[in-house]
Amino acid sequence: MTWGWIALAAAAGLSATPAAAQEVRTLGKLLLTGGVTTVEGSAGGGLATWAVVTGYETREGIGANAHATLVELPDYQFRAHGAAVGLYDRVELSYTRQAFDTRGTGAKLGLGKGFTFRQEVVGAKLRVLGDAIYNQDTWVPQVAVGVQYKNADKAAVIGLLGGQDDDGVDVYVAATKVLLAESLVLNGTLRATKANQTGLLGFGGPGADDYTVQFEGSAGMLLSKRLLVGAEYRSKPNKLGLQEDDWFDVFAAYAVNKNFSVTAAYADLGTVATFKGQRGLYLSLQAGF
Amino acid sequence: MLKALIIAAAFAGAPENPSPTYPNEEAVEPYVQSNANAGASPFADKAMWAAFGGRAGVDRIVDDLVDRSIADPRISEIFKAHDLVRLRRTLKEQFCYILNGGCEYTGRDMKTTHRDLGVQNADFNALVEHLQAAMDREKIPFRVQNRFLAKLAPMQRTTVER
Ligand code: HEM
Repeated sequence: MTWGWIALAAAAGLSATPAAAQEVRTLGKLLLTGGVTTVEGSAGGGLATWAVVTGYETREGIGANAHATLVELPDYQFRAHGAAVGLYDRVELSYTRQAFDTRGTGAKLGLGKGFTFRQEVVGAKLRVLGDAIYNQDTWVPQVAVGVQYKNADKAAVIGLLGGQDDDGVDVYVAATKVLLAESLVLNGTLRATKANQTGLLGFGGPGADDYTVQFEGSAGMLLSKRLLVGAEYRSKPNKLGLQEDDWFDVFAAYAVNKNFSVTAAYADLGTVATFKGQRGLYLSLQAGF
Repeated sequence: MLKALIIAAAFAGAPENPSPTYPNEEAVEPYVQSNANAGASPFADKAMWAAFGGRAGVDRIVDDLVDRSIADPRISEIFKAHDLVRLRRTLKEQFCYILNGGCEYTGRDMKTTHRDLGVQNADFNALVEHLQAAMDREKIPFRVQNRFLAKLAPMQRTTVER
């Protein structure tokens, strides 16, 4: 009897719900509205995390992305790659590995040529209110909260530099709004962090083991369904006393389709580990659904 | 009985002028006609109507939007067994009203119309994609398209089921 009822209910459910409401659906979002992948693996711009959830899923489905990112700087090379899943346009889980290659500079810093700082970033983001795109009749943005657990690998060097820890947790709240009538995308994020150079150089510094609140802002203009151009700013703490600078970039994110996007940027990371003027090309490829 | 009362009440509240009849359309339950049913306020100036190519342009966009939607396997089921003659007419009125083309919207409100259709966010976005394609075909500039879409976007709350 029970099975009969279940079968009947299921059949009724299927026939009463076109577009297969029972199914987990994919690719339901509009182009570019899942953002691209940041250097820390969460959905956002390039340097700044946004309130959007990765992937092209809507609240009826799931999505996922893999990314590979390269930043060519005068004295260093930064690389990141990882993957993220978006669940029901509500929750985002991400894992990214970052590498900061000192190349020839490593020798000048006394670390050895090609010395590479690495870290893993595990992130979780929860969308808590609003909708960046639909709610065009209010100013209320889409808001998400998130955490990023970061674990850097060069504990000994971090210790020598004065860093307090080789792992740490960032907590952030992000607000994203698309002003569709103006074709604008705006984002502001507050991040409580102790991280030096996002954590690659550890967490905290001599006499500076407190969390400080940093700001990430992005403003972009949609030039077509596929193309968003804009600029970003990210403030940074300076806990090691190595003149850590705020970051800037100008970027163009292009969605080839819902499975593939390319982000190119010119990023200014300022002074990194005493080497000034670290500006260069940022390139990120993202594939997913 | 209750239904008859509701219908009677709806008739009593309806405006004086008898609404025109549309011989090719199926009858719908009586409702109170109002431009407020369109679900968005119209643009103040005439620029949008002109940019959309006036009546002819909007009619082509709506027909193309409906044609694309009923041909799209993601959402075609939802439109089956519905009066597409009426849908095309009321959509044209609604777009014309919002774009300040001087039309009255004579259709039903968005919430009532879409209540039992089971529309999901992915379906809403699929429809938006078809509207974008239809506007592209009419060479409506992207930024102008977005100004119009900004009026429609909040209707996600009334057309998509919770
Ligand atoms: C901004 C979004 C939308 C607008 C402006 C809109 C507009 C309209 C209008 C004006 C009507 C006719 C009202 C009347 O008969 O009095 C209608 C009916 C209908 N709409 Fe939508 N709609 C939207 C979203 C959707 C979506 C996403 C779907 C499905 C994918 C959909 C499917 C239908 C169907 C099947 C009907 C016919 C209902 C019936 O015959 O009772 N609509 N819509």
